[in-house]
Amino acid sequence: MSTATSSPFYSLRQALPKTFWDYIVLVVLLGFMLFFLMPIYVMVVTGLKEARNVSLSTMWNLPQQLSGGGFVEAWHRLEPNLGNSLMLAIPATIISAVWGSINGYVFAKWRFRGSNLLFGILVFGMFIPYQSILIPLIQFLQRVKLYGTIPGLITVHVIYGIAITSLIFRNYYANIPDELMEAARIDGAGIVRTYMNVMLPLSLPGFVVVGIFQFTNIWNDFLFGVTILPNPAAQPVTVALNNLSGSFSVDWNVVMAGAVVAALPTALVYIFLGRFFVRGLLAGSVKG
Amino acid sequence: MQTKLAINSPPRTGVERPARRRRLNDLLPPLILTPAMIASLIFVYAFIAMTIWVSLSKWGTLRMDLNLREPFGYTYQQMFSMPRWHANLRNTFVFTILFLIGSIYVGLLLALLLDRKLIGHTILRNVFLFPYALSFIVTGIAWRWIFNPETGINLLFDGLGINHLITSMGGTPFKPGWTTDPSVLFSINNWLGVIFPGVKNMSVHLGIPIALIPVVIAACWQLTGFSMAMYIAGMATISNDLREAARIDGANEFQIYTNVIMPLLRPISVSTAIILGHVSLKIFDLIFAMTGTGPGFATDVPGIFVFDQTFKATRYNLGAAASVVMLFLVSLVIVPYLWSSIRKR
Repeated sequence: MSTATSSPFYSLRQALPKTFWDYIVLVVLLGFMLFFLMPIYVMVVTGLKEARNVSLSTMWNLPQQLSGGGFVEAWHRLEPNLGNSLMLAIPATIISAVWGSINGYVFAKWRFRGSNLLFGILVFGMFIPYQSILIPLIQFLQRVKLYGTIPGLITVHVIYGIAITSLIFRNYYANIPDELMEAARIDGAGIVRTYMNVMLPLSLPGFVVVGIFQFTNIWNDFLFGVTILPNPAAQPVTVALNNLSGSFSVDWNVVMAGAVVAALPTALVYIFLGRFFVRGLLAGSVKG
Repeated sequence: MQTKLAINSPPRTGVERPARRRRLNDLLPPLILTPAMIASLIFVYAFIAMTIWVSLSKWGTLRMDLNLREPFGYTYQQMFSMPRWHANLRNTFVFTILFLIGSIYVGLLLALLLDRKLIGHTILRNVFLFPYALSFIVTGIAWRWIFNPETGINLLFDGLGINHLITSMGGTPFKPGWTTDPSVLFSINNWLGVIFPGVKNMSVHLGIPIALIPVVIAACWQLTGFSMAMYIAGMATISNDLREAARIDGANEFQIYTNVIMPLLRPISVSTAIILGHVSLKIFDLIFAMTGTGPGFATDVPGIFVFDQTFKATRYNLGAAASVVMLFLVSLVIVPYLWSSIRKR
């Protein structure tokens, strides 16, 4: 998505609507913008209201007075689970990114007879519905005493994350010119030294893309969290949020504030690193 | 912007290896991949095989019993005679079709509109893609509140004076029950019953469940940005020379889009449909948070069915059987896609 124009004045003149159809295009786009922002408006506005002011008839109105609204209680209830999600997502992201980088390097630059088939076998694993492996997975985790623990869930996310991280890194390394490999070979470097001295220093953008993509996926996961961690104190924030919304003793302003709180980390990643986020989702082309 | 989509193979490297290191260098690449391949064989393939075994076993209670159930495949037979499972299959089918139409066409429309590069197009693009970064649980909760029939969207209709207009013309006010409405639109049971007599007696109506429509809207809200991004990336690869050539040949802007750009975007439509289609066959979190099984299983899907049977009812063989059907449906879509992407090189 390269911007065609670099000078702000030039681009502004280009960007102003000129014809009747340009105005129609703008109006339609603004309509879609309202639709896309509407749920976010509802979440934030409802979250900011006090419980007694969350009446059904004024749902769309702005809060009457400025206060913490439901955010105080939502934060209080979700804070431990936010910690769990961080403790889960960060190590799982790092491990699966490093592992995927090594695999992607071999798949892209050291192809051998049958490596494409192996790649296909590996990548199929990222498309399967995880429901179809849950029963054996839980039995396995129980046997190795990792069931119900955060390290257990980290292991699960790493294992089922290798396919996607290997895929993104393979596509990334494929775009690095072979001449660099050739130069390393002339220097006498083998597969490991070429990786360490040539590929790794060039991998930072790849790690950012994969890191963001994996962090978002793991943070947003629900199925593994709800089935592998039955203990509420250990659960990630998505599961805690769902429990919050299902409990009848909790007001809607708290639930909505909770949704904002749970969404905030990935939303911030998107807002500040959106460029890399888009690259990740195009390279991975999958939403779990 | 890197526009290589999904799983295209990289070109073969031209690196020649020196003779003395050849043996080691030939052995190392497969060796390095071994841990990942073993993990995949165990955690994906062996586990799938075990799940298939469970689905054929007698393990239908908390007490584990892995002996094969007689007659062979009886759990599947039971499942396919359950009205709830019929509703599941109907819902998956209807949901997938509506969701694909919505997200792909709107995504294409947005990409084409943004391609005019009018003022604010970068911000708009980011707004449209933003929901993709959120969890399905967050999306489900927000949209459940919006489609609450007492408030939310219905209140907005009132506020816009739509119901005032209808009642003044003598009509009944438009107050859909949305996610609480168990009725099914366009039921084709009688029509289909002419060809397949059994369909007439089904307790499940084959049509579009009203309660499913809000879920489709929520899913489109979340994933339309993905198809838009795919189309934008695809359009970036179409060179300006091509547009210029068409312009010189006398094509107007509209014709350039319909005759030059759209045909070139067809492969993107195929990849997007496959990726979003497999997401929709697996859909679970969104519905779990938004409606659950819905009134009369109007929003129930296999993902929820598996969860209920396995973790609530502890009917492990039934849950496993449903998950195997899910895997089968996803494989129908994904395996040809993977096969062709990897063969293409």
